[in-house]
Amino acid sequence: MPEFLEFRGVAKRFGAIQAVDDVSLEIRKGEFFSLLGPSGCGKTTMLRLAAGFEQPDAGRVFLDGRDITGLPPDKRKVNTIFQSYALFPHMTVRDNIGFGPAIARRPKAEIRTEVDRMLELIRMADQADKKPGQLSGGQKQRVAVARALVNKPDVLLLDEPLAALDLKLRQKMLIELDLIHDQVGITFLYVTHDQAEAMSLSDRIAVMNGGRIEQVGAPAEIYESPRTSFVAAFIGDTNFLEGRVRSCLEADYCRLAIDGLPEVVSFNDKGLRPDQPIYLSVRPEKIHISHDRPEDKPKRNFVPGVVEDVIYLGSNTKYWVRAGGRRIQALRQHDRYFLDEKPIRWQDECWIWWHADDGFMLDHFRRDDEALLAAPPQRVGD
Amino acid sequence: MTTRPIREKLKRFGFGPVSRRRTEWLVSLPTVVWLSLFVVVPTLLVFVVAFRPANPYGGIGRGWTLETLRGLAAPGLLTIAWRTLWMSLLTTVISLLLALPAGYTIARAPARWRNRLLLLVIIPFWTSFLVRVFAWKALLHPEGPVKRALAALGLVGPQATLLYHPAAVVLVMVYTFLPFTILPIYAAAEKFDFRLIEAARDLGASPFRAFRKVFLPGIRAGVVTAVLVVFVPSLGSYIIPDLVGGPSGEMIGNKIAQRVFTDRNLPLASALSAVLVLAVLAPLAAILALQRKGKKSGIVIGEAP
Repeated sequence: MPEFLEFRGVAKRFGAIQAVDDVSLEIRKGEFFSLLGPSGCGKTTMLRLAAGFEQPDAGRVFLDGRDITGLPPDKRKVNTIFQSYALFPHMTVRDNIGFGPAIARRPKAEIRTEVDRMLELIRMADQADKKPGQLSGGQKQRVAVARALVNKPDVLLLDEPLAALDLKLRQKMLIELDLIHDQVGITFLYVTHDQAEAMSLSDRIAVMNGGRIEQVGAPAEIYESPRTSFVAAFIGDTNFLEGRVRSCLEADYCRLAIDGLPEVVSFNDKGLRPDQPIYLSVRPEKIHISHDRPEDKPKRNFVPGVVEDVIYLGSNTKYWVRAGGRRIQALRQHDRYFLDEKPIRWQDECWIWWHADDGFMLDHFRRDDEALLAAPPQRVGD
Repeated sequence: MTTRPIREKLKRFGFGPVSRRRTEWLVSLPTVVWLSLFVVVPTLLVFVVAFRPANPYGGIGRGWTLETLRGLAAPGLLTIAWRTLWMSLLTTVISLLLALPAGYTIARAPARWRNRLLLLVIIPFWTSFLVRVFAWKALLHPEGPVKRALAALGLVGPQATLLYHPAAVVLVMVYTFLPFTILPIYAAAEKFDFRLIEAARDLGASPFRAFRKVFLPGIRAGVVTAVLVVFVPSLGSYIIPDLVGGPSGEMIGNKIAQRVFTDRNLPLASALSAVLVLAVLAPLAAILALQRKGKKSGIVIGEAP
């Protein structure tokens, strides 16, 4: 599929802050594309560049092959759903949705049909004459969606549209947004800091940090094979293990020397050579934990340790294990919690293990990104 | 409710159990007394005096008469009433046209600039109103700087007079009332969510249409206040037309003053004042009625949505 919305070498600075730093990005037609990153990473600026609210200092923006860089917002076939919804408080739901067509001076009867169709889509036909002040958060959100979609934009821009909703409503709206995307088939550019939202909705995600794109890929790709320590740490949680390549005897697998741990085997798709420094990321849920030493199997790494903390989380339990002078977090799901024969407790000696394919070697590692990880609870005297 | 502690206190002072309605009434009693004493009673007195005969010594005679009301039909008065109306309307429109962009700009200015700009709006208040009107008289004087500059540019003839003309009155009235117009509009604009303008632009509106369709309705309360604050005092203007207006720029206020000071006919002055009060109250009552009706139908004028 060819690119539809394209950023080419785009940069934007606000005072001393480089909000967007030489970003190139291609979004395909009909795609649900997410920009994911912490606040201040430049994702909203990217959206505003696409909408025309900001002009880039450098670079161009293309829509369907046309350079739209200099066009004001009203001349672009893109519409935005604002985080605050920005519904017009003095207009009814009907007039809010009909605002775009009315501005475009479309015939009254046509506007009426279009608005009715939209009210049907968001299932709010009975609320058409209410003012935004009389609506709940979720209803406002749906009106904002309808008000944008009625203009049949080429791209729908969504700026953290669910951030103002509570958890249960957010989950409901998430499903609705997904359904609407399927129904209308418009390209969605979705900005969020919530990885769960991005993961569950997106065809592809671009993870942004400090005005740059760290990685672009499908949700599973981003989660399972993060390229940088930032992506690994920002999305989900992980353990970073720092070491060096010892040997690469087997094809595609390497033996690694990691301080304080026994030799670790890991999948090598990076063409690593012996003696190269490496950073390994292993997700907590890939690390198994048990009292007894597990069965020896090829490509299985195991490490003895002592349980330092047990945090029961409901659907699973997190164990902080001290092994070789470092703290490693492991998650365990319970089959039958109350029947587990010998629960793993604080200060128990235990084994943790993971498969060589479940560790992932990062291309880039920054020490600062460790701050994004869950920290073990601090005990008095630690 | 805020009235509860007061109700408790009233009970303690022996007022016995009082209904919610009555406590609310008691709370607003001081305001009601104040307004009655200093607004309602004097206004009613003016209305009453209008039905009294004048006595030859400039005072109020005995008995009742409708003679004064007939005096209102004097031929010159209608012209002046009409002039007062259109000059006040013009002043209101010009003030609004200037205050809207000014209020918008101040509200959108960076925070550290906002206070400086507001200060500039307020600074004229630090000088006496009378002194400022006299300053305009000097500026517009045939030998004054404005006239000379315009004449030098060939925009006005050497014989033209800027003073003593309705235009001079409107100019000085706009100058006087502009800060009062800017402040309520700024106050409304400052609370306005400017993301709504972005939303309107995003939906295809040009900057002007976004201003008209979203910004103006959004600051409606401020606009209504601004209109009242300019239009009502304009109708009653006295000093400005007196100093810069001349005979062709006279307004009702001047006529009332002449009845008092020159003719020493207090009943006629009262009748004129009463007509003016009614003329001011009528639009206010209309707005209030519209508001009350609007609350039912969803159209609200002069109130934040």
